[in-house]
Amino acid sequence: MTAFRSSDPLTRRRLSNFRANRRGYWSFWAFLVLFLVTLPAELIANDKPLLVRYDGGLYAPFLVAYPETAFDGDFETEADYRDPFVQDLIAGKDGWIVWPLIPYSYRTINYDLPTPAPSPPTAENWLGTDDQGRDVAARLIYGFRISVLFGLALTLASSVIGIAAGAVQGYYGGWIDLLAQRALEVWGGVPVLYILIILASVIIPSFWTLLGLMVLFSWTALVGLVRAEFLRTRNFDYVRAARALGVTDRVIMARHVLPNAMVSTLTFLPFILNGSVTTLTALDFLGFGLPPGSPSLGELLNQGRNNLQAPWLGFSGFVVVAAMLSLLTFIGEAVRDAFDPRKMPS
Amino acid sequence: MSLLDVHDLAVRFAVEGRHIDAVRGVSFSIEKGETLALVGESGSGKSVTALSVLQLLPRPAASHPSGAIRFDGREIVGADERTLRGVRGNRVSMIFQEPMTSLNPLHTIEKQIAEPLMLHKGMGRSAARARVRELLDLVGLDNIKGRLKDFPHTLSGGQRQRVMIAMALANEPDLLIADEPTTALDVTVQAQILKLLKDLQARLGMAILFITHDLTIVRRFADRVCVMNDGLIVEQGEVADVFDDPRHDYTKHLLASEPGGVPDPAPDGAAPLLETEALKVWFPIGRGVLRRTVGHVKAVDGIDIAVRPRETVGVVGESGSGKTTLGMAILRLIASEGGIAFDGKSLQGLDFRDLRPLRREMQVVFQDPYGSLSPRMSIKDIVGEGLRVHGMGGGDAGRRRLVGRAMEEVGLDPATMDRYPHEFSGGQRQRIAIARAMVLRPRFVVLDEPTSALDMSVQAQIVELLRRLQADHDLAYLFISHDLRVVRAMSHHVLVMKDGKVVETGSAQAIFEAPRTRYARTLMAAALNLETAPG
Repeated sequence: MTAFRSSDPLTRRRLSNFRANRRGYWSFWAFLVLFLVTLPAELIANDKPLLVRYDGGLYAPFLVAYPETAFDGDFETEADYRDPFVQDLIAGKDGWIVWPLIPYSYRTINYDLPTPAPSPPTAENWLGTDDQGRDVAARLIYGFRISVLFGLALTLASSVIGIAAGAVQGYYGGWIDLLAQRALEVWGGVPVLYILIILASVIIPSFWTLLGLMVLFSWTALVGLVRAEFLRTRNFDYVRAARALGVTDRVIMARHVLPNAMVSTLTFLPFILNGSVTTLTALDFLGFGLPPGSPSLGELLNQGRNNLQAPWLGFSGFVVVAAMLSLLTFIGEAVRDAFDPRKMPS
Repeated sequence: MSLLDVHDLAVRFAVEGRHIDAVRGVSFSIEKGETLALVGESGSGKSVTALSVLQLLPRPAASHPSGAIRFDGREIVGADERTLRGVRGNRVSMIFQEPMTSLNPLHTIEKQIAEPLMLHKGMGRSAARARVRELLDLVGLDNIKGRLKDFPHTLSGGQRQRVMIAMALANEPDLLIADEPTTALDVTVQAQILKLLKDLQARLGMAILFITHDLTIVRRFADRVCVMNDGLIVEQGEVADVFDDPRHDYTKHLLASEPGGVPDPAPDGAAPLLETEALKVWFPIGRGVLRRTVGHVKAVDGIDIAVRPRETVGVVGESGSGKTTLGMAILRLIASEGGIAFDGKSLQGLDFRDLRPLRREMQVVFQDPYGSLSPRMSIKDIVGEGLRVHGMGGGDAGRRRLVGRAMEEVGLDPATMDRYPHEFSGGQRQRIAIARAMVLRPRFVVLDEPTSALDMSVQAQIVELLRRLQADHDLAYLFISHDLRVVRAMSHHVLVMKDGKVVETGSAQAIFEAPRTRYARTLMAAALNLETAPG
């Protein structure tokens, strides 16, 4: 898209407006760093070592499942590297193990706890463990990743559908618009939460089915906005000129009208992302979200509520959720400033 | 001592860390009761100068690096808000260009006219009402008196401008600043408003600072004139002296650039390229819950025209007469009834696919060069889009070559084809829009007010360009305009439209020199001589 050509003074002004909002600008970088760091979560928090040297050979257990017999153990099953027995086997033949920063995965249960689970923060489990003895720090990292990825996927899917629907309604107008608007009103009247709860009791939702279900109800967010932009733009002279040239409707929509609608759409996106993350967290909190055992922030908050004697659960969940949503909101504000035509960079 | 004395005034705008010097040291004065015209093209700084007199420029973006404005001996620049309030709307009033937006749509007419009276004169409600009636009488709106409680949207453009004038005159100002007060109005209304201002000036003895780009108005209306260009007054003096014997090159250029001349004669006896027969565009008026059609707005009501190769048919009429609708209907951009034949082939009933090859041969140029170019596309993409759609020019390189040639033909540098529209001036943009139409080598072009949004000198250039293109490529033009001078410079044949119907039609010469119908006579007198109806 040409909007990102830096030679374009409009883009330059938008970028400088974005930078002028210091809070949003730094939030953007902070969020980007957090996202990029948690994206390869398996390299940061994992119960499988990154690299094992054993008997002159190199192994990468976080990528490949090696049976215990590969290290002269007894079982054909995958080696449990946290087992002191396996560690001894490896050390016995001049081997060494490189562990990730946090040697726990989101589902690793630490059986060697000083106190019954949930156990408070220690040097071993930085943020303590949850009620099943799983490392909270590891679960937060995975939980953050899945929240953001889910939010991004939901935002992307609902934007694509919403923009397409809004474009068709706004561009053609008339009966198509009228009928689609009424259909949207009916659809918007469906109580989403109840539907999700009912469906969650029928099928156990996976990441993808939950995404699909939520897209069904969230795609309507952008329709009104895009529709209004298309209604406004479709009578512009350059659209009429394109029609006089014999350009097809589809090309007119994509090349001439959509770039106009993109400004308001992009302004909205961070807030839709925010909403998606919140919805997922809320569903997880209620227990109707991702399948049991998934690393989810909502589930951690729920544990925090159920275990008030273990405040580290609630606090760490709260801090991560609050920080993530605040960052997204600040970014959204900066994006809004960037696209504000009346705003001059200071 | 002059009423208004502007000395070495400069105006500077701070925009995105840079300075723009909009006005760079202008000096002029206005005596009591005289009319001074500030003329210049867009961007010359004439409106900014006028707004400075009332200190209405946006602060702190605008500043005066130098200069003094003395009104009746009092300094305006840097005066406090109290002093300014005493001057604004009281001693000095202003009327603006756009009557549609300069009245508040949420207040009644009476309230808006009474406001300055109650504010400055401290009049009571009933006294103010009496004065409002008197003022409406003065501006020729006695039929509005029964509608004082109406809102502005129920008035026509001319009536609104009269209300604006009534508001401006409410406190009997010594100086009236009129910033292009008639530009947005139809020609017949324009003539009436100018006559009204002249009459009021004679009766009330106020001075008028008249800002315009229209030399005809200056010639008929002003006593003295200041010609502005690029923030400077390049020439000032008595209107007759300046117009008869311009000293400065820019003034000469401006005077020489009024569209003139007549088109080359069209060859006789050629078969019409485009013909319509009883063409109708009726928009239904729906009433009630079921939107039952109770009547129609007859935008175009039974029009027959024939355009031959190398011929221009001018369509003239006031706003709302259906000129543009006619053009759009002929191009099948809106639905219509009746016959449209292009090169002997009927266009009605063709679907998108069948129409597409014909789109190449029928093109359109719109009025507003700012709105007709997609802001997010480069010039190459804009001009080359038609080529791509119709599979012309082979590959990307071939299209680039054709786009370059079309740009050369309309007088643009082909090296600029990778730039975006906002980097071009209004006239250049209109050339781009013309290049977009011409690159397809059409045979028939609808020109929908192609010069109306442009400065006078640019208008002349565009007219010249269009005439040359017509001669080079045997083009047939349908030229839609309300500007009769441009129509006269372009057309062989003229159609006068009113309320969707043809009032009069004939050769351009016959229509301009001896209009037969009363409406056409009124239109000609108003447009060419700024006279109101001769009766």
